[in-house]
Amino acid sequence: MFAYILRRVVLLVPVLLGLSMMVFAIGRLLPGDPVMLAAGPNASREEIAALSAEFGLDQPIPLQYWRYLTGLLQGDWGRSLQTRGPVLEDLKVYLPATLELVLAAMLIAVVAGILLGLLAAVRRNGWIDYLVRLASLASISMPRFFLGLILQLVFAMWLGWAALGGRFPLTLSPPPSVTGMLTLDSLIAGDMQALLLALQHLALPAIAMSLSPLATITRMMRASTMEVLQQDYVLTARALGIPPRKLLFKHVLRNALSSTLTVIGLYFGWLLGGTVLVETVFDWPGVGLYATKSILTQDFMPVMGVVLSIGTMFVVFNLVIDLLYGVINPKVQLR
Amino acid sequence: MPLLHIDNLHLAMRSYDGEAHVLNGVQLQVDKGEIWGLAGETGCGKSVTGLSVSRLVNTPPARYMQGRILFDGQDVLTLDERAMRRLRGRAISMIFQDPSTNLNPVLRVGEQIADVAFEIGRHAPQVLGLGPQTGLGERRRAAERLGVEMLERVGIPDAARRAHDYPHQFSGGMRQRVLIAMALVGQPRLLIADEPTTALDVTLQAQILRLLSDLVKRSDTAVLMITHNLGVVAQICSHVAVMYAGHVVESGRTREVLQSPRHPYTRALLAALPRPGLQRGQLANLAGRVPDLIHPPPGCRFAPRCARATAACTVATPPSVAVSDQHQVACVHLDEVPA
Amino acid sequence: MMTTLPLDTAELAQGASRARRDAWRRAFYRMRQSSLSIVGLVLVLLLLLVAAAGNSMAPFPDHITGSIDTAMRFKPPSWSNWMGTNELGQDVFSLVLGGARISLFAGLAVVLLAAAVGTIVGAFAGYLGGWTDEVLMRLADLKLTLPGLILAMAVAAALGAGTLNMVIAISLGWWPGFARLVRGEVLSRREEVYVLAARALGAGPVRILWRHILPNIVSPVIVKMSLDVGFAVLTVASLGFVGIGVKPPTPEWGQMLSTARGFLPDYWWTAIFPGAAIFLAVLSFNLLGDGLRDVLDPKSRR
Repeated sequence: MFAYILRRVVLLVPVLLGLSMMVFAIGRLLPGDPVMLAAGPNASREEIAALSAEFGLDQPIPLQYWRYLTGLLQGDWGRSLQTRGPVLEDLKVYLPATLELVLAAMLIAVVAGILLGLLAAVRRNGWIDYLVRLASLASISMPRFFLGLILQLVFAMWLGWAALGGRFPLTLSPPPSVTGMLTLDSLIAGDMQALLLALQHLALPAIAMSLSPLATITRMMRASTMEVLQQDYVLTARALGIPPRKLLFKHVLRNALSSTLTVIGLYFGWLLGGTVLVETVFDWPGVGLYATKSILTQDFMPVMGVVLSIGTMFVVFNLVIDLLYGVINPKVQLR
Repeated sequence: MPLLHIDNLHLAMRSYDGEAHVLNGVQLQVDKGEIWGLAGETGCGKSVTGLSVSRLVNTPPARYMQGRILFDGQDVLTLDERAMRRLRGRAISMIFQDPSTNLNPVLRVGEQIADVAFEIGRHAPQVLGLGPQTGLGERRRAAERLGVEMLERVGIPDAARRAHDYPHQFSGGMRQRVLIAMALVGQPRLLIADEPTTALDVTLQAQILRLLSDLVKRSDTAVLMITHNLGVVAQICSHVAVMYAGHVVESGRTREVLQSPRHPYTRALLAALPRPGLQRGQLANLAGRVPDLIHPPPGCRFAPRCARATAACTVATPPSVAVSDQHQVACVHLDEVPA
Repeated sequence: MMTTLPLDTAELAQGASRARRDAWRRAFYRMRQSSLSIVGLVLVLLLLLVAAAGNSMAPFPDHITGSIDTAMRFKPPSWSNWMGTNELGQDVFSLVLGGARISLFAGLAVVLLAAAVGTIVGAFAGYLGGWTDEVLMRLADLKLTLPGLILAMAVAAALGAGTLNMVIAISLGWWPGFARLVRGEVLSRREEVYVLAARALGAGPVRILWRHILPNIVSPVIVKMSLDVGFAVLTVASLGFVGIGVKPPTPEWGQMLSTARGFLPDYWWTAIFPGAAIFLAVLSFNLLGDGLRDVLDPKSRR
């Protein structure tokens, strides 16, 4: 079992290397002159030449890549023109914010999706099939930023139940930062009021992000649960007296879950890169907003940093899902 | 009072082309300690009969038109689902045909047995050897212990360790043993076995049948063995009921029925069996086809294929007549068929 | 002595074309049975109509080309302005109609471009196998791990404003999906008899792919294209929302939504209608695509 895990982890390395190469290539291929941008409009020729040398732009490409890679590993991910600071430091602040948003959204989507899917499968109605299909198509067609605006309009502006934007009320001080995620930090600090406030701010953006994966997960769970319910071993379990709730949650669920797990993994990665719009609407200070602002100001080092970090997290997360798959379905382990 | 008494059971099954009259007045009585074979061709309704006793037939597409299924004097068809569930595993157990699809692939074998035992222990704690008020943890442990014990009893070597294995780590014969252990862990009074050896090869078949007969003899469990193989019937069944198109056409002690069959269908079945000494081309077969259950022939459903059929056969389904103690035949031309 | 079967080639050909016609007839029958996809088809046709009609369908066509009317600012929906007016006095309904054209054409262009590039890459990867396959597919896989929207935004911004640049930028992120699909299909047909026959007759890979294999995989590619158009339209609107892509004064739904943010909650119509337009457009394409998938690829029925 451990050999299996080790093997998969080791296989990560070439993938990550490939990622860094791709990001580097994209960075170099993008039009726009980093030197001119860094130097500003009034730079002298000497300053430009000095910057060129500093960026290493006069060297052959493989060497430039090497510089880039070693820089990455040493923690030098470039500087942001916007924040005037190292990109890595910025990422340390913004990445947990996005992670918190994505995790909250996935939590809602997974829990609600699995439950709804199970329920819909058990009630084998003809028109529920229709409804689920329509609802899920509508959910994935709904633009997240529009949904976010509507949620803001209804729940923040009209009803006042949730906060309009941001992560925390500006006038109060947040709990000490341990994970960078305000909800967790509040829990760690035992500050229930902060937790409540953080949740009030997290609620709407998380819901806006969760709709699309929720719809897909519900649909998939329903389909695979219906399939499992037809299996012989379910009839045997029923014939021997296993009660319906235990049957559903222990015997059926684990079998129905496998295909959904892959979807969850894919969605997580997709959501990570897709927070841009929701972060813009809710003014959520995450990497999406960070990248957007950088793009609009032609500041590309932060963008590359964001892209690389998200890609890395996606790969690692999918590995975790694969390993989890091995736990849930023991036949996979033997390979 | 017999343990199981299926009394004039009629079942209709809704399908795309109409409603099929699947069970046509099934009559069967099983006493404790008896091993009944329920034999017949594919589609004669034997599996549905077995499933009906445990009320596992889904009653939207199916409909019980008439009749009762009396288990210990109580009509199973009138019980609510919760009461029925208490019977399952504890009073009435089932094993099915294919051992490769009847075990949950993602749960350990020991856990699957323990689940059954645990549930039974909830309303019948004496099975686990416990008193009425025991905590969940203790009940679970007792269930697991009992599970391992059952595995040993069905002949799984190194049971304690193998209980932690998954079904795919067992061979077909072993898996069927596990299923038997699961079915018998609750000490049921009636075991319904639906073609338990059909998916196994001949040597395994003999082993499993021997195991079954040993286990039930010890506990006086009644068995309803559903099969299309008369050889299996001859091997372990004390009694046999022959079914055709949803009706029991002949029933009685195995030896008597197999040696002196009185119903034309039973005779034809036995005549069709390959025997040593037959010459090539001498294999007899039964002409005609199984009747359409959506539009069944009037009266005796075997009449269209029967050499002795007359107008009297089409009036109504022939009643079962006793030709000797326990030997019943459903045919109106009994006198013509020599004993 | 060998006996040969009489080969009536004309009869065979007739039989083959009849089978094809029957297949199409069956397909359309299935499609008619799914009311959802009919709705999708109708809506999509409506959208295409609006897009093709140009500005002539709009009640205030000059608003689409940029003229403003400061006297009519922020008027709520009324009989003269069905969707009200925006901050420049422009008729929101006309702008929404105008925006349809951009969104639709851009969305379709993205999918066509991505399908074209992806098909070429996937076909070569699948047919040639070996190193080509490895390299191309690794490239596609890596690309899939990177956040698509952010990359599209970055490339679009770098290329400069304008619809064409935006389309190119988005397609660059879209092709791997098509590549993998086509590769899989080509792989499964590579060893078929007609391919081997063509090779025996000396045909090269391009000819084989073009004449023999690709015509057979049109169906799944079309299904994927129709399923993707909706999301392409969504992506176009997303870029517009962030401020990248289409140049003003050309109306674009995402852009309209973005500007309207500031006017909530009082002037809600400036935001709700463009947003609803995006939703409906994407939904119609998804309904249509779902229906098409059921028709052309019944195995995937869920």
